[in-house]
Amino acid sequence: MIWGWIPRNGGLILSLLGQHLVLSFVPVVIGLVLAVPLGWLANRSRAARAVLIPTAGVLYTVPSLVLFIVLPGILGTKILDPINVVVALAIYTVALLVRSVADALAAVPGMVVAAATAMGFRPTRRFVSVEFPLAVPVLIAGLRVATVSNISLVSVGALVGIGGLGQLFTQGFQNNFPTEIVTGVVLSLVIALLADALLLGLGRLVTPWHRIGTGAGKPA
Amino acid sequence: MNIVAQVAAWFANPANWTGSTGVPTRILEHLGYSALALLVAVVIALPIGTLVGHTGRGGFLIVGFANGLRSMPDLGLLTLLVLLVGLGLFPVIVALCVLAIPPLLAGTYAGVSNVDRSVVDAARGVGMREREVLLDVELPNALPLVLSGLRAATLQVVATTAIAAYVGKGGLGRYLIDGQSQHDYAQMAAGAVLIAILALIVEGVLAVVQRLVVSPGLQAADTRVRPPSEPNNEPPTEAAVDKPAPKMAGVN
Repeated sequence: MIWGWIPRNGGLILSLLGQHLVLSFVPVVIGLVLAVPLGWLANRSRAARAVLIPTAGVLYTVPSLVLFIVLPGILGTKILDPINVVVALAIYTVALLVRSVADALAAVPGMVVAAATAMGFRPTRRFVSVEFPLAVPVLIAGLRVATVSNISLVSVGALVGIGGLGQLFTQGFQNNFPTEIVTGVVLSLVIALLADALLLGLGRLVTPWHRIGTGAGKPA
Repeated sequence: MNIVAQVAAWFANPANWTGSTGVPTRILEHLGYSALALLVAVVIALPIGTLVGHTGRGGFLIVGFANGLRSMPDLGLLTLLVLLVGLGLFPVIVALCVLAIPPLLAGTYAGVSNVDRSVVDAARGVGMREREVLLDVELPNALPLVLSGLRAATLQVVATTAIAAYVGKGGLGRYLIDGQSQHDYAQMAAGAVLIAILALIVEGVLAVVQRLVVSPGLQAADTRVRPPSEPNNEPPTEAAVDKPAPKMAGVN
């Protein structure tokens, strides 16, 4: 390791780190926004489920590197356009989360839904304030997998010229300079672990009944 | 000429189907690296996952270790290894193993540790030795989750073996890397399509294998991984999932 290289290239490292964060988190947000209604649909209608779940499975099977290369041909974008990576990873995230959302909604106890209906909740409000919150833990588990794998997949984009911290790998390789690669690997690991911990914390924060529920109701 | 026509022309060109740079050779190289990496990963992950699942000790270590490995960027690991130990097959196999071990380890551990305790107790009760309990009861019961892990690992390895071409090895990644350096988008796209088709075929074959080798008694219920928090005490019928009301009948 040549430690001096890191502060000398602080600007480059920070801008690649920023690009990496944008390229991995924007697709997660897009994917989440699309996956919730699709997952709801897959849980509601058997026909929708029969189409959506296998499609998601096939999309999930297509390697991300393949999408980075094929998307410019489909979208008419330039191969160096970051949009390709964002769209590819958003597809990946949706494919993963649709199934999580559908499974999570299916696992909401029927009694709870029936109780909410009996209390006069209309379907929309029942979904927003009863079914969706109960589906959050499974959704968060899916989000954690999607986020961590996106962070690792972005760097593969460096092979086609856009890859955030992945560019430190290709540059370091071409310049025969391990320090640059180690810097990229460590930063990539750190943001993956931080993002994972943040999502775990967020999941705990928005489902307070899980913490309270474990202690309550047990005989003293 | 549009892109689809260019890619079709690439596939129609007989020169791309023969010799050491032809599609059949590249597919065999690709599958060869993938298989070798998976074999090494299975040899490492299967015994560890089984042992930890059987003894029930160190489970959190396994989960933490698998999650840590999962966030390792493969391209970074591969390029670093090549700079440190030189070009060759070794760095490629190590980088792909790092990808394959987490799902295999997690699947084996979850499979073995989730086997119904009463089944294991019954096996001991009828006088099975510890080795028989493990090999004849726990592993066959764990097979659906072990194979799910193997499928996930295989899929990721087949997809990622493309990076081997970046450090001078063969495989279908060659078309991506060579196409890029020659500014030949048709070649890149053709390589990408081949990788996608290969991944889909391998996934299909493994799905069939899973159906053939898993005991029919374990296939009645859905074989996908259930989160441990999910209640599993309802009959796994379609009706119970779609219509919430009948489930209330089971509550006494």
